[in-house]
Amino acid sequence: MAFLEIKNIKKSFGKYEVLKDISFSLEKGEVLSIIGSSGSGKTTLLRCINFLEFSEEGTISVDGNTIYDGGSLHKYTDAEIRENRLHFGMVFQSFNLFPQYTVLQNVTLAPTLLKRGTAEEIEANARRLIEKVGLSEKVDFYPCQLSGGQQQRVAIARALALNPQILCFDEPTSALDPELTGEVLKVIKGLKGKDSTMIIVTHEMDFAKNVSDKVIFMADGIIEEIGTPQEVFDNPKSEKTRSFLQKNDEI
Amino acid sequence: MTFLQVTLFLWEGFKLSLLIFAVTLLCGAPLGLPIAFCSMSNFKPLKAVSKVFVWIIRGIPLMLQIFVIYYVPGLLFEYPVFAKIDRFFFLEYGISDTGRIVAVLLAFTINYACYFSEIYRGGIESISQGQYEAGYVLGLTKSQIFRKIILKQVIKRIVPPMSNEIITLIKDTALANCILVCEIIKQAKELAATQALVWPLFYTGLFYLIFVGILTIVLGKIEKKLDYFKS
Repeated sequence: MAFLEIKNIKKSFGKYEVLKDISFSLEKGEVLSIIGSSGSGKTTLLRCINFLEFSEEGTISVDGNTIYDGGSLHKYTDAEIRENRLHFGMVFQSFNLFPQYTVLQNVTLAPTLLKRGTAEEIEANARRLIEKVGLSEKVDFYPCQLSGGQQQRVAIARALALNPQILCFDEPTSALDPELTGEVLKVIKGLKGKDSTMIIVTHEMDFAKNVSDKVIFMADGIIEEIGTPQEVFDNPKSEKTRSFLQKNDEI
Repeated sequence: MTFLQVTLFLWEGFKLSLLIFAVTLLCGAPLGLPIAFCSMSNFKPLKAVSKVFVWIIRGIPLMLQIFVIYYVPGLLFEYPVFAKIDRFFFLEYGISDTGRIVAVLLAFTINYACYFSEIYRGGIESISQGQYEAGYVLGLTKSQIFRKIILKQVIKRIVPPMSNEIITLIKDTALANCILVCEIIKQAKELAATQALVWPLFYTGLFYLIFVGILTIVLGKIEKKLDYFKS
């Protein structure tokens, strides 16, 4: 069984079916990019995986354990949902840093509240992560004093502080000026390793091509194409994928 | 009457104005919080009751609410509770007006709690959903998210409208004279009636002005203190 196993996820908002039967799997240490046009359901899929939305059907398994089954009658308690969320980390398009806390406090807040060690351990780990994203000299700055790219790097450090098994990125560079996307993508690329499994929803095609082990192209709530970057980008089988990539090239 | 005597006479009344101000703020501000949460509740009946209550309290003049609270127990239930309190305290301790003051405090607290609740609600609802979601994905509980992430941002946002309301409050205390509570304006009218002195009535404005000046400085300091972050 794969490390992350998503099976038959279905999600509707009212009459509008956003996800129609999504299934895929991911091995430990793999990087998955999800591409596709706006409204294809990419973000909703990521939100279902992080339990910010709840799919009506389908299962999510991590490391052999089924942590969520949308079809079952089991009513998940708040505590169970919180427990499940901790398998995943999430980096948002709009960063969502906590404005009243410094960079360091943003990173230490959750581990402190979840009692993930002593105050010294948590702070040392936070400083190490902040260094990893290249912001050591900004530890005592507030988010409003940072550029968008720096804020997003803090958000990445904040997500890493809880040591998630799978890190998710929801269009991490879409809210950034073009000259700032590079620094964020570089940090994400630097995280790639045998232990860090990542799912990245992105519009950065070159990045997706270079960094991923697997690419999913979504259209109208279904997985139109899935494969290695070479398969999807260089030899797309589906007509929709081809026209999407072509439009992207034209720009 | 000398200027000093008039000043002291008016100060006696202003002390009562300050009492109404302080009690309304200290009781009304916390009471506004549960009302705000009821207004935001997902439980429809509770939300409806809360909204209608706020609508009525904000929709009727405060002076009328003071009359209702003071007179209705006697008129409807033939039990004039506030007049009874008045008499009891007068006979036992020689203090007059106690029941009237209690009625005024009650009316003011309820009225201002409703106004405060709307400020709180606006503040809480203005915080972006993303702040909650960031807390959720970090595995925090709803209460941790509210206390550690949302609250301070709400406080920062509600300081300016709260300042406005607080400054209005000190001037609203003059309404207490509608049931003959001896706040500062009532005292000045007393001087006009008994001593034929009209100028003290205008002199009262200076008391309010000085107090509002102090409030403005204090509230400005609080606002400044929260300036270190942008929300």
